[in-house]
Amino acid sequence: MSAVKIYVPCDSAALSVGADRVAKAIAREAEQRGIAVEIVRNGTRGMLWLEPLVEVETAGGRVAYGPVRPADVASLFDVGFLAGAEHPLGHGLTTEIPYFKQQERLTFERCGVIDPLSLDDYRAHGGLAGLEKALAVSPAEIVDTVIASGLRGRGGAGFPTGIKWKTVLGVASDQKYVTCNADEGDSGTFADRMLMEGDPFTLIEGMIIAGLAVGADTGFIYLRSEYPHAHRTLLKAIEIAEEDGLLGKSVLGSKRAFNLHVRLGAGSYVCGEETAMLESIEGKRGVVRAKPPIPAFKGLFGKPTAANNVMSLATIPWIMAHGGPAYAAFGMGRSLGTLTIQLAGNIKRGGLIEKAFGVTLREIIETYGGGTLSGRPFKAVQVGGPLGAYFPESLLDTPMDYEAMAKAKGLLGHGGMVVFDDRVDLANQARFAFQFCAEESCGKCTPCRIGATRGVEIMDTIIAGEDSSKTFQMLDDLCDLMTDASLCAMGGLTPVPVMSALTHFPDDFRKVPEPMRRAAE
Amino acid sequence: MPAYRPWNAETASAIINELKSMPGATLPIFHALQNEFGFVHPDIIPEIADALNISRAEVHGTLTFYHDFRTELPGRRILKICRAEACQSVGCEDIVSHLEAAHRISMGTTTDDRRLTVETIYCLGNCALGPSIMLDGEVIGRADTDLIDDICHSRRNERIGAEA
Repeated sequence: MSAVKIYVPCDSAALSVGADRVAKAIAREAEQRGIAVEIVRNGTRGMLWLEPLVEVETAGGRVAYGPVRPADVASLFDVGFLAGAEHPLGHGLTTEIPYFKQQERLTFERCGVIDPLSLDDYRAHGGLAGLEKALAVSPAEIVDTVIASGLRGRGGAGFPTGIKWKTVLGVASDQKYVTCNADEGDSGTFADRMLMEGDPFTLIEGMIIAGLAVGADTGFIYLRSEYPHAHRTLLKAIEIAEEDGLLGKSVLGSKRAFNLHVRLGAGSYVCGEETAMLESIEGKRGVVRAKPPIPAFKGLFGKPTAANNVMSLATIPWIMAHGGPAYAAFGMGRSLGTLTIQLAGNIKRGGLIEKAFGVTLREIIETYGGGTLSGRPFKAVQVGGPLGAYFPESLLDTPMDYEAMAKAKGLLGHGGMVVFDDRVDLANQARFAFQFCAEESCGKCTPCRIGATRGVEIMDTIIAGEDSSKTFQMLDDLCDLMTDASLCAMGGLTPVPVMSALTHFPDDFRKVPEPMRRAAE
Repeated sequence: MPAYRPWNAETASAIINELKSMPGATLPIFHALQNEFGFVHPDIIPEIADALNISRAEVHGTLTFYHDFRTELPGRRILKICRAEACQSVGCEDIVSHLEAAHRISMGTTTDDRRLTVETIYCLGNCALGPSIMLDGEVIGRADTDLIDDICHSRRNERIGAEA
C-alpha cells in the first residue's frame, strides 16, 4: 500500500495555533504504528477557526479534521482517519464544507490545495496557463484582456488595472518596473499573506505577465517585515522559479526577460501608500510623493512603473487563462470579478471568503461568521481597514461593492472586516483612528501630521465628558480639513472611521442631543 | 531565539560592502545589521553614507523613520504585541494592562535584567485568530494572560518553543 497523503498547513495562521506540533505528532504516531504516511505542508484553505486543519487524501477526495491539537492525533489514528473515518473533529470532504463550498475561488483556486513550493503541483493545477497565453500575444492584447475583465486595483483605491497598464505601456523608456505592494498593513486583512504563503507562484506569474504587458524586465515585491514567514516562502519560490527558467533572462524559453526582487519594509504603515512604498524601495524615508506625476509616468527610480497590489497581480493569471469576459461574468455593476473578504476580529468563524462582489455584510457576518466569538451581541463592524467606516447592525444589508460602500460613506479597502461585540466603545475607536494616524503619518503634509494629534486631543476632551457644541464643531471642521487637504489616503481617510463612529454610535460620544443642550445652557 | 553577536565594526563594514551595490540599499543594510547585532549602532551612519554616496542626514533620517530599526541592543527575547483593531476586538489591551499590572513591564521597554523587550506592533496578519503576539519572530495566535505569564517567567510552554 502506498503512503497516505496527509495535508497539514504551513500558513503562519495555522502555525500560530500549533500546526507544526500537529505535523510532528502525526509523523511520530504513524511511525510508532508502522504506517507509511506522506505529510504535505500546504497553504491554508482559509477556514481559520478550524486551524490546524488536517486533511487526508481518500479515494472520494480530501477529508477534513480540525481544529486538531497534538493530543487529538492518537484518537484520529484510532478511529481510522487515514481512510476518512468519522471523528468528533471531522468535517467530511473539505470541498463540501458550506463555508468553502459557497465561495467562488478564482484568485485563491490553488491556495490550500497544493504544496506552495512545488512547481509541478502548480502546473498540475492550471498554473502557468495564463503566462503561456500572455507569451503568445502582444503586450496590447494582454492589456485589452485585463481591461475587458474589469479588474480594479485590490489595494483599496479600485483604479482599473488594465487602464494603469495601458498608460505604462504607452510611455517610451529604456527601463520600466513592475512593483507589487505587499505592505498589507490594514488590521483585519491577511489575504496577501495567505496567498504569498500558500500559492506564491501565482503572484510570480502575475508579475511576469504584468512585465510582459507594460514592457518591464524587473519587478520588486515590497513586503512588510511583519510577515517573516511569507518572506521565506517568497524567497524560496523565486529561487525555484529562477532554477526552472520561469524567471531570468528567458521566461519559459522566450525572448523576454524578467527578474524579481523582494524588498522588506520596516514597520511603517504609510509605506502601503504607493508613492511612499516607491520611496522606501529606493532606500529613503517612506514619505508620500505629491502627484502628479503618477508612478505610471515617473515611478520607481524615476522610471515608468506599474504599481499593483498582491491581489490584483495574483488575479491576472486566472484572467489570462480564462479570458476577460469570464472574469467579468462575476460581480455587479462596476465592481466585477471576485472580492477576497477577510473576516476577522471578534467572530466565531473567521477566515478568507472569496466571493463575487455584491454579497452583503450581514451574509458574511451571520451566515459565514456565525456571530461573535464571545457570544455577546454584535455592535459594529469596521470594513476596509483602519481607514474604513464602522457600520452598525442597521447597515448590515449594504452590499460589498465599491459604489455601494461609498454611498454608505465607507470603503471596501482591501476587503477586511473586523467585528466587534457590545463591549466596544466607538468613541475610543475614533480616538484610536487619530492616534494611529499620528503614529504612522509620514509628516509631509500638515493636515495629517498636525490634524491627527489635534484629533486625539479633541477626542480626549469628548471622552472626558467636557461636552460642548464647540468641541463637536471642531471635530467636524478638523475632519473636513483632513479629508480635503491631506496629500494621501492616510490623513484623507482617517476621518472615515471617526465620522462613521460619531454618526452611527452617538451615544458612545456622550453627545447630548441639540435641543437638550440648548435647554441646559 | 535570536543570538546576537556583539557589535563589531569590521563585520558591519563587511555587511555594508556586500550590500551597497543593491539599488536602494539603505533598508537592506539596516535589516542585515539588525539581524546580526540586534540593532544598528548610530556610529555606523557616516560609513553607510559614504558607501551609498548620500548624506549622513539622509541615512539618519531613514534609520529613524521606521519603527523596526533599533539603535540600542534589545533584550534577549523580543515580544511584540499586536494592538490593532482586530486584536482590540478580542481583548489585546487586557494583555497590555496585565503586563503592566502583574509584571510591571510597560510597552516599548526592556526589562532591567535585559531578558525581555516588549514592543507594540500594528497587525501581524493573523486577525481571525487574535489576540496575536510575535515572540522572537514567531506568530502566536489566541494569546492570553497565562501565556504572557509563562513568557515573563521563562516557564516551559509548548506554544512558545524553548524556554529562555
